[in-house]
Amino acid sequence: MRIPILKLHNYLLISIQTELDDKTAIQFQEDLLEKIHSSGATGVVIDLTSVDIVDSFIAKVLGDVVTMSDLMGAKVVLTGIQPAVAVTLIDLGIHLQDVPTALDLEQGLIKLRQELEE
Amino acid sequence: MSDQSCVYIKKEWDIVAARQMGRDIATQVGFKTVDQARIATAISELARNIYLYAGAGKICFEAIETVQKKGITIKATDEGPGISDLAQVMEDGYSTSGGLGAGLPGVKRLMDEFDIISKSGEGTTIESTKWLR
Repeated sequence: MRIPILKLHNYLLISIQTELDDKTAIQFQEDLLEKIHSSGATGVVIDLTSVDIVDSFIAKVLGDVVTMSDLMGAKVVLTGIQPAVAVTLIDLGIHLQDVPTALDLEQGLIKLRQELEE
Repeated sequence: MSDQSCVYIKKEWDIVAARQMGRDIATQVGFKTVDQARIATAISELARNIYLYAGAGKICFEAIETVQKKGITIKATDEGPGISDLAQVMEDGYSTSGGLGAGLPGVKRLMDEFDIISKSGEGTTIESTKWLR
């Protein structure tokens, strides 16, 4: 299972619409870094609207991919985190404090533009 | 009155299968979205621990119904190496696998009751219950 990564101008857009198993998550991490490298994208939005569970492993993969992308020079914003996912992440003790987030895709793109000062 | 179903954890995808079955049962018991997510997340953590540290095991679910209350019990059993220091694995941030170390202490917070029995060389059994409010 591969998660599609769409390119829009200088941005990459990802909407995760599948049940995330460990392998898919790791594959996605690699695919995204490759795509940033090959496309020269400066901003990435990962939309989690359809994701109804984020456990500690998936949270680590997502947090890592934000840091890794940052190292490469691309800013990542996570959008659409569901209320139930926010509650369970805090129960797990995972705060993702350094990860930029926004309510939805639209707000995510606005945030990216601000962060990139475009 | 009780009803039990199990998922055997042998490969990575079984983690997803276990949390899907658990979520379905939680929904039938009457849990709402946030608690369904809590229960599914707890199952995911327990199943991953089995997969990572014991290699194989099983997760069983039981819908409980007494006169006063309803709930779901998750029982995770493996015959892996066991946990030598239980206090340590219940600490936030402790991990031997490069993870976040949020697993077991997280499960304890996500659920209402949490019991762990582990013997070095014999395996681990974790039983955890969430009550419907």
